[in-house]
Amino acid sequence: MALFQISEPGQTPAPHERRYAVGIDLGTTNSLVACVRSGVAETLPDEHGRHLLPSVVRYRTDGAPVVGHDAIAVAHEDPLNTIASVKRLMGRGVEDVRRLGQSLPYEFSPGDSAMPRIRTVAGDQSPVAVSAEILKTLKTRATQSLGMEIGDAVITVPAYFDDAQRQATKDAARLAGLNVLRLLSEPTAAAVAYGLDKNPRGVYAIYDLGGGTFDISLLRLNRGVFEVMATAGDSALGGDDMDHAIAEWIMREAGIQDDAGHRQMRRLLRDARAAKEVLTGAEKTTLRVQRDNHEVWEGVLTRTHLNALIDPLIDRTLPPCKRVLRDAGIRANEVDGVVLVGGATRIPRVREKVSQFFGREPLADIDPDKVVAIGAALQADVLIGNKRDEEMLLLDVIPLSLGLEIMGGMVEKIIPRNTTIPVAKAQDFTTFKDGQTALLVHVLQGERELVTDCRSLARFELRGIPPMTAGAARIRVGFQIDADGLLSVSARELTTGVESSVVVKPSYGLTDNEIEHMLRDSIAHAREDEEARKLREQQVDADRLIEAVESALAADGSLLDVKERTEIDRSIEGLKAARGGNDAARIKQAIKTLDGATLAFAARRMDANIRRALTGHKLEEFGAPGGKPTS
Amino acid sequence: MDPAPGKNHFELFGLPAKFDIDTEELAARYRELQRRVHPDKFANGSDQERRLSLQMTALVNEGFQTLKDPVRRGRYLLSLRGVDLDGETDTAMDPAFLMEQMELREELEEVRESDNPHKRLAELANRIERRMQDKIGEFRQAFAEEAPEGTGRARNAVREMQFLEKMRREIDNLEEELI
Repeated sequence: MALFQISEPGQTPAPHERRYAVGIDLGTTNSLVACVRSGVAETLPDEHGRHLLPSVVRYRTDGAPVVGHDAIAVAHEDPLNTIASVKRLMGRGVEDVRRLGQSLPYEFSPGDSAMPRIRTVAGDQSPVAVSAEILKTLKTRATQSLGMEIGDAVITVPAYFDDAQRQATKDAARLAGLNVLRLLSEPTAAAVAYGLDKNPRGVYAIYDLGGGTFDISLLRLNRGVFEVMATAGDSALGGDDMDHAIAEWIMREAGIQDDAGHRQMRRLLRDARAAKEVLTGAEKTTLRVQRDNHEVWEGVLTRTHLNALIDPLIDRTLPPCKRVLRDAGIRANEVDGVVLVGGATRIPRVREKVSQFFGREPLADIDPDKVVAIGAALQADVLIGNKRDEEMLLLDVIPLSLGLEIMGGMVEKIIPRNTTIPVAKAQDFTTFKDGQTALLVHVLQGERELVTDCRSLARFELRGIPPMTAGAARIRVGFQIDADGLLSVSARELTTGVESSVVVKPSYGLTDNEIEHMLRDSIAHAREDEEARKLREQQVDADRLIEAVESALAADGSLLDVKERTEIDRSIEGLKAARGGNDAARIKQAIKTLDGATLAFAARRMDANIRRALTGHKLEEFGAPGGKPTS
Repeated sequence: MDPAPGKNHFELFGLPAKFDIDTEELAARYRELQRRVHPDKFANGSDQERRLSLQMTALVNEGFQTLKDPVRRGRYLLSLRGVDLDGETDTAMDPAFLMEQMELREELEEVRESDNPHKRLAELANRIERRMQDKIGEFRQAFAEEAPEGTGRARNAVREMQFLEKMRREIDNLEEELI
């Protein structure tokens, strides 16, 4: 499907040497995909040269959903089946949606799960499925412009996204057939795009004014470690509000009635937006608007007048800026740099006000619409292994504390917010009844003390506890948060060593089963049969594993003795042979065999890495690194 | 599989199990370890490598958080000697210390109503800090003795440090309230 590929002599290495991974900014209003090519990170356009993909999906009775500009073009004819701003619903419950109120014009199905489902002509759609359509479109775009199948991505999420929202984003990626290398926070991505991670330390403000949302985050950087110190914003403020303010002015000036039809209103908004964009460079612009009586009204909008129209809106971004400074306990002049994100920050007046507030010129060399996607692409390029010597390591923190429900509807914090992730914590529980064999654990996220004030993440039921007298059992529940900020749980009864099974009921997300179902359904749409999907999945897994093991052998083969090496080599050959056939079960078995053969090797490599990390440091107590010399 | 079988936090960082550690050195080793074991370095690795790297990084994070903070470090050192402060039933404390804590607490209450709360709060914070340094000194000395008697005094010092730390947090909260 490659349109065309430009190769310069000696610049494009063979595909097996050079791999591509993309960075995706999955936004409320617009989404983008970017990639590092020939050492340069750039966003990828569609076949019409447009980089922004409006985050709008239209469902139809016949055929696949339509995404982006084409969906917007007909949105007014089919509002109930055209879903916009679905990001606001990600990881949210029916209750939250009700609170969002009339701002969402869709019909929701009363489902049995707590997750809202939007009723469309193509069936009920979860926000995850809608987001997956956007991701699929971007994936296809990347595959076409890079001329090869793209499967790996770094996807950005707002810094304040909780576990449920992050999980929903990752699930959407899975549905779209993307392997998520990392969920990266949007402000961190913007900071990476500007290379701020190269500085030893500093505090940076990321001012993000998009089409419909405003976010301000303060990041602290300490030798490659980014920490989100504070974040605030306004989920209903953006460039679109400015367009409305300008359109209303035109209506007043041109004497157009308040009850202007939908069609005319859309035209007015388009004119308003165009005027706003012209005034980014020019001092004034002439507007021509056709009135109902076919007369044409002509008027001039100066930049000064535009500023007067939008000042009240820009001023609304300042209280959140004050709030983050207060939350982080610093003054505006202690901020070392300000990064602008979002299309609305192109407006000179916005820059002026931001400079005034922080007392310094903001960084704005990179297109503010693209900066987050570009940062994500840079990180994706590092993660896929194209920059092996890269020192960049982005450590994230959890934005909200994680806790458990205890007696009296209170929350006991297990992992405080701003803890660097990944992190693991264990907590012991006991039974309160004789012979009790199950225990319910309720996990919450938030800073408040009452369960009702925090967000419910999941309820875990521990089953299979051996019957004992009350208080005798000691059940250790382990919580693990991975580098993406996602939670997993394990449990064990300590006195007997019995593993308890953990049944996860995500409060708002989809269960693994549901996702599996949806995958199956979506495959049905693509007229591809189940067997073919399974085979392809196993083949992808096999390729991944073979590559991983071969590169591990190349790097650390010396850690193995001849016998171990022979066994691994034999298992690789076995997997390669299975991979060549089309028996999914056989590939799966061969993967398992190779996995088993490399278990000890993986542990030894990790140990070697630890020794290498400490090489050059004085080792005490620890003893000299034994065995092989380390480099 | 346990990624670091039997290693305690000090061993993981290659540092002596002593109370006085070079925190700059600790931070340098932390970053070096992260660079080698973080899941981002294994984004292309096998499932097994990714799982091990996740466990290892969590361990490194936990170790760093524990060792960099004197109070947590003290508690941890005691736990290595078999003293578990959580499971203790004997929670008796020095009456003089408790009396002092009550006084500090009363002062904290009075700050709110005082003419210059910011100044009073800063003074109080300074006093807590000095007391904390005293207790850290007591711990250092007692813990170095290694005899059971010394360990007992070290345990008391850590418990008192935890009290002071709680005061510290309350001062922080009030400071935020006063902004």
